[in-house]
Order: sequence, then C-alpha cells, then structure tokens
Amino acid sequence: MAGKSGQTPLSRDGSIGPTWWEERKAAAWKKFQAMPMPRRNEEDWRFATIDAIQLGDFQPGQKGSTSAEALLKRSTASFPHTAKAVFSNDRLLHIEGGEELAKQGVVFESLAGALHKHPSLLEKHFMAHPVDLGAQKFAALHAAHASAGVLIYVPKNVDLKLPLVSFHWLDGNESAVFPHTLIVTGENAKVTVVDFLSSTEVGGKGLACGLNDLLVGPGAKVDYVCLQQWGSQVTSFELNSARVEKDGEARSLFVNLGAAYARQESRSTMMGSGARSEMLGLSVGNDRQEFDQRTLQCHDVPNTWSDLLYKNALDDRSKSIFKGLIRVAPGAAKTDAYQNNRNLLLNPEAEADSMPGLEILNDDVRCTHGATTGQIDQDQLFYLMARGIDPRTGAQLLAHGFFEEVIERLPEKKIGEAVRSAVAAKFAAMRSLPSQRVSRPEANREKESETLDVRALQGLSH
Amino acid sequence: MSETSTLEKPDLTIDQDQGNFSYPEDYAFDAGTGLTEKTIDYICDAKEDPDWVREFRKKALKVFKEKPLPTHWASKDLENIHFDDFRYYLSKGAKPKRTWDEVPDDVKKTFERLGIPEKERAFLAGVEAQFDSEAAYSNIKKAVAEQGVIFVGSREGLRDHPEIFKKWFGKVIPTADNKFSALNSAVFSGGSFIYVPKGVKVKHPLQAYFRINAENFGQFERTLIIVDEGAELTYMEGCTAPKFDSVTLHSAVVELVAMKGAKLQYITVQNWSPNVFNLVTKRGLAHEESEIKWIDCNIGSRLTMKYPGVILKGRKARGEVLSIALANSGQHQDTGAKMIHAADETTSNIISKSISIGSGRATYRGLVHIPRHLKGCKNNTECDALLINTESRTDTYPAIVTRGEGNSVQHEASVSKVSAEQIFYMQQRGLTEGQAMSLSVNGFVNDLVRQFPMEYSVELKRLIDLEMEGSVG
Repeated sequence: MAGKSGQTPLSRDGSIGPTWWEERKAAAWKKFQAMPMPRRNEEDWRFATIDAIQLGDFQPGQKGSTSAEALLKRSTASFPHTAKAVFSNDRLLHIEGGEELAKQGVVFESLAGALHKHPSLLEKHFMAHPVDLGAQKFAALHAAHASAGVLIYVPKNVDLKLPLVSFHWLDGNESAVFPHTLIVTGENAKVTVVDFLSSTEVGGKGLACGLNDLLVGPGAKVDYVCLQQWGSQVTSFELNSARVEKDGEARSLFVNLGAAYARQESRSTMMGSGARSEMLGLSVGNDRQEFDQRTLQCHDVPNTWSDLLYKNALDDRSKSIFKGLIRVAPGAAKTDAYQNNRNLLLNPEAEADSMPGLEILNDDVRCTHGATTGQIDQDQLFYLMARGIDPRTGAQLLAHGFFEEVIERLPEKKIGEAVRSAVAAKFAAMRSLPSQRVSRPEANREKESETLDVRALQGLSH
Repeated sequence: MSETSTLEKPDLTIDQDQGNFSYPEDYAFDAGTGLTEKTIDYICDAKEDPDWVREFRKKALKVFKEKPLPTHWASKDLENIHFDDFRYYLSKGAKPKRTWDEVPDDVKKTFERLGIPEKERAFLAGVEAQFDSEAAYSNIKKAVAEQGVIFVGSREGLRDHPEIFKKWFGKVIPTADNKFSALNSAVFSGGSFIYVPKGVKVKHPLQAYFRINAENFGQFERTLIIVDEGAELTYMEGCTAPKFDSVTLHSAVVELVAMKGAKLQYITVQNWSPNVFNLVTKRGLAHEESEIKWIDCNIGSRLTMKYPGVILKGRKARGEVLSIALANSGQHQDTGAKMIHAADETTSNIISKSISIGSGRATYRGLVHIPRHLKGCKNNTECDALLINTESRTDTYPAIVTRGEGNSVQHEASVSKVSAEQIFYMQQRGLTEGQAMSLSVNGFVNDLVRQFPMEYSVELKRLIDLEMEGSVG
C-alpha cells in the first residue's frame, strides 16, 4: 500500500462516521503520508530490521475467502465471558452481550456502533494520547483506517466478574486490518478484556496495525490480554498505552506468537498517586520471526508503582529486541519501578537484543532493572532426556516452565490456561517443522568472524 | 582552610624562582585557530612527522568533517563545542602562562585538602609548563628500561620504534570509529607509547606523569600500549587533583593491545575542571587468554563521554571495566563500557557505580555484543547509581546483543539514595550530616576503590569528602 506502490489504500467506500471522525481520519492519513519510514539509525529503531516491515499492497476491507459461519465457529474462548465481538478483515461479523451489559450502564460496542450511540465518549477518548515510542507513522496509519474493534466503557463502581473478548481475523493474503480496543473505566470499576488476533491461515500474509488504549479511572482495575497469533508472514504493529489515575491498577499481557515482524509498543503512564501498572510480555519465536518490543514506564507523580516482565523464548533464527525505559520525573518521589527482560535462546542462531534503560530525575525512588539472556540448562535437559523425552520437546517443556512466572501473574486462572495452550500449540507446530539449526563449516567461520567484527565496530561508533 | 593563603605564598615564590618558563623559539609552533588541511600540514611540519602519518592525519580530517555529531543519542550539549575556535596545536612554549594568583581559590583549596605535594600543585594549576619529577621517579624508569620496556612519548614511539608502532597504531580504534576519534587521529600530539616485551612483568605501575613532557596532558593525546606474550603491566593516567586548564576540549585516543596470556591494567582518574568537554575513545584488543582491565574514575569536566571497551579476540580472553563516576551540579558524566566478544569462551565483567550530587547527571551507556558463531561466552554487568539530592539525575542505557551457543549475559542495575536511617544512626554517634553522607558514599564505592593503588584510593576518598561538602543541609 502506502509507500511502495504509492496508491491510496484507504479508498474505502462509504464513510461510517460523523464529520469530526472523518476529518480526523483524513488528517491522520496526511500525517502518515508525510512522515518518512523509520531508519535503523534512529534510537527508537535500533537493531530493528526495517526491511522486514512490509507495507506491500495490502488493502483494508478485502473480502475474505472464509465463510462467516466457519469463522464464528473458530471464534471461541476457552474461558467464560460475558460479551464477544468478532471481526474479519475489519468487518463486524458478530457482537453479543452488549444489551445485557447495558443494564449496568456498561458499553460494549463496535467502533461503528459507538460512533452513533456514544459519539461523545469516542470523540473524547479515541487516540487522545500520542504514541511516542517510535511508531508514530504507524499510529497515524491506524488512525486513518481504524473502523473495527470495540469501545468498552465501565461506569463507576461496576465490577465485571467475567471477561469481555474480541476476535480479529485476517482472512486471505491481501488484507490489512486495524484492530482497535478502547477501554474507559470510571471510579472503582473493574474489567478484564481479552483480544484474539489471528489469521485464517497459519502461513497467512497481511498487514495488521492495531492499537489499544487502557484508561484506568481512580481506584479502577483493568486487566488486558492480547493474544497475537497472526499468520507467519504478517507484518504486525500493536501499539498500547495505559493511563492510570489515582489508586488505579492496570495489567497488560502481550502474547506474541505469530507474524514475521511484530512491533509492540507499550507505554504506561502513572497519572495519580497510588497508580500501579504491571506490564507483561511473552513471546515464542521460530523461523526468522522478529519481535520488536519497546516499552516506557512513565512516573510523573509521587508514590506510584510499576513492574515490567518480558520473557522471550527464541528458536531457529528468530530475534527479539527489547528496549525499555523507566522514566521518573523530577517530582515523582517514592516511585517504585521494576523492569525485567529475560531471554531464552533455544538455538545458537537465535538473537536477543536487550536495551533496558533508566532515566531517574528524583532521588527518593526505588528503581531496578535486569536483563539476562541464556540457554536451556543442560543438566535439566539431560534429566528429561534420561526419561525418554527427545531434546526438542524437553527444551520446550523447560521453556513452558520459563513462561510460568509470567502466566502465573494473571489473576484469572482460566485465561492463563488459554495462554498456556496457545503457547503449547505453537510449540507443537514448531516440532512438526524441521529444526533450522545449521552447523557452519569451519571454512566459513573465519570469514564470518571478519564480517561480524565489522558489525560490532559499527555498533561501537553508534 | 583559613591557613590556605599563608601556605601558598612561599609556593609561588619558589616556583617562579625555579624556572624561567619562556620558550621564545617555540612560539613559532602555533597552528592558529580552526582546523583545515593547512593546520595538519603545520602540525606535521612542527612535529617532523613521517609521510605516512601526514597522510593518516589528512584522511582522518576528512572523516572528522564528514561525520555528524552523535546528538541523536548523546547529549545536545555537544552542539556547544565550537570547533573553529580551538587551537589544534600548541607547542609547549606557546601554552598560555598563568601566575599562581590567577589560579581560582577553589582549585587552591582542593590541592590543600587533597594533600598534593607542593611542587606538583603549580604544574597541575597550569602555572608551570613542566613538572620535574625526574628525580623522584628515575629509579623506576631505569629499572623498567633494564627489562627492555619501551616507555616514551607517542612522538618518540613512532620515530624510534616504527616497526612496533605502525603495526598497531589505529588498529584497535579505527579513525572512523566516531567523530572524536577522527579528530584525534587528525591532530594528535602527546600521549605515551609503551611496549612490554615477552614475559616481562612490570612490578611498579607506570604513570603518565613520570615522564617530563609538556605534551603529556595534551588536548589530543594518543596513547598506544602493547604488552607482549605473557607480560604484565599496570598503567596509571591522570591524578585526583583537579587539572585546571583554559582549554575546553579534550579528545584522547587510547589503544591497548594484550598479546597471548598478557595482563594489562589501565587506571584513569579524570578530574578536569568543570568547563571541559572530555570526549575520549579507549579500547583494548585482548588476544588468547589475555586480560585487559580498565579502571576508570571520572570526577571532573562539564561533559565526559567515555566508554572504555575490550575486543575479546582470542579464546578465553577476559575484559573488565570498573567505573566510578561522580557528577556534581553542572556536570554530566556519560560513561560506560563496551565488550565485543569475538572468540569462544571469552568473559567480560562490567561494574559501574555512579553518584549524582546536586543537579549533576550520571549516565551509564553500555554495549555487550556476542555474535552467533561463538560458544561459551559470558558477560556480567552491574550498574548502581546513588542519588544524593532531589534534583540529581541518573540514566542507564545498556544495549546487549546475544546469539550463539552456551552464551549467557546478565545485566542488573539499581538506583538508590542514601538511607535516612543510616544517616540518623551516624548522627547519633556524633557525626555531622555531611560527614555521615560522605561516609555512606565512600561505603557505596568502597568495593571498587579498594582495587585502586593505595595512594589513589586515599586521594579518592578525600576527593569524595570534598565533593560531598555543601550537598546536604
């Protein structure tokens, strides 16, 4: 679409919204076109394989090849939930549960529906806060195209015990989708939301550029889980922000299993005293997958808390980039922030790049971060092999254990179970493929060592 | 401090009597301000450089002019460097002269508090062009020379020992490594050249100011140290006393080479005056089973950007960086380390401790690189930051690339402040708040300071006390 072919991808018929909405979209589209593609030497894109970002000729609103019935059948969550919306190529196939929830004053509407029923809510909160971790261009792209996804509003003191879920499908190989989730909560409200992002084909192509905003009111609690299982040739952006008011609590988990290149940006801003944000990440890479993760924990006011844990297990020649930052503003005394990135290399060809950062402008804080990269413990693997488990399965079992620390943090055990089985499914699929471990002939090693030295030095002059 | 003034007066008279520091013949050797190819020719003529050096410098100048300032990641303060206003070559006689009366009082006070020998004070304050330490240290120099160690200035090195010098010069840090290494390559003068022959273990640490050389603390010094197979050397550069200078840009390049099984330790204590940009490139090349250790202590300057690195080129090579940075108000210490693993079973260790006082800013920036064809490499990085005042600032920006088999890296950082309970406890036992604070800060860096040679660690402790003054209450 955009850059390469020069054609206008958003040539969709029929405007769906009021004037302000269409005007915003037009402005966003202009912004997207005006902004240059990111470059590798930008700090926000350091180590990223920019060439892997394939905007291609993907078009929004393509007609898929899978029937609505078949997709609805596949759109099932393994845990009980009160509301569900299903989209395929950004078209709403089905939405349920909204009426029942409306009795409590809760809004669960597709964006299109919300434009007519709750325009003021949408006008006030829709992408009201800028994306600033690097993918500004793609946030503009999202704003220009967003039409699918849900608006969730939970009023004061309403505690929704059961989760609300959305399914977004990429169907066919020419599609672009722009899933949007906007969660607005009143004082002391509680809600759990799960998004499932999948392609109809395992090896599917496409472009996904999603965005979700969690607006956590005073004393409110928002749990958000995003299960990304796009097809293996998809270029994916998932831009997240959480803004937490006084005594509010946000918790987000991003499970990255699919896509060829998946850039995920996550920003938590603590807006009021006592605000808390827990940021979790879990990725399984194989083949040449690249997971590009950028996070920011923003402490602007005193007495706030944040805790980040991102774990990546990488097989074959897959790669993860983690760049995180804890930023403590001058006035933000009594900040308690933690940031932790752990990478497990399941293959010598896999790569983990880690850039955990701190910017602390106040002395009365507790801030720590850690980053480790290592391999499977050979003794543990040997133990499993001695019990007749092949090394690959053994390594995966140990990787499951590695992820437990993340999954256990989800308060809703049944959602944790769904995450576990998604990870298990990915591992099973990996087992059916030949391992891409290549042993390099000695002769080549010398040469490679030369070229790698050069790369290392370039890194130095960076 | 009341007795300071009485102590300094005799100092002044002695120094003036001792040397009549004017070098009329050297005034010719002033390249003027600004940097062009003419400046380079001028430097080459003045220093009688061989042709290959002239060519090397000119190529470097081009690279320097082409490279942008790295402000996309580094401090924007770099934009305040006006490259055209500097003199890029001053021979010793042309150095601006200053009388003792012109030396600011706080510098004098610091000398006093640190217990710097009186003879050294005048030199450090820039009053004397030279510091005559020959008498004190000639015994060490003699002993070292007997072992076959070459310890000369970089100019003598490239003139008298081209066969060793040329082989390694510019190999560890290529000209185009960064803008400031290019600048140094174009206009370098001063610095040391050391060669330690096979199997020689130099017992005494060698110090830069053993040699009498006005160029020694030059603006653009260039140091090359080669420690041959199985040899050992400790080298010390700088001193804890504030180096008072009117020149505001210092850009050194230091290259270390440790051959098979060699051990090389390089200790720096930097305490430039607070108007100085200190932009230094330091890197070592560690061959098989060798060990390179940087001990780096940054206290002065307006902005320091320095990331000592080790390229671990041989199997089982080991690299280590121990870094202490102290940033007071108006200062930014942007320091760190780079570990480039390029052979199997190489290990590296980085320990960084920083202290931010007042509105000072301390930054750790690091790079650890383990490429995919390597096995059994390990890195450990620990960064601890201590913040003294509310407006103090600290940042941590590590970058870690890991691939390959059986490699492991771990990075940990923490930020803390001095605990109020500790201070309270010490105050109960009769210490003032300032003393208690100093004691805590000294405790914070104690593990690292212990690794310094004795006289350095004593001076460093006093210096921390001094810097902590006025930071509380």
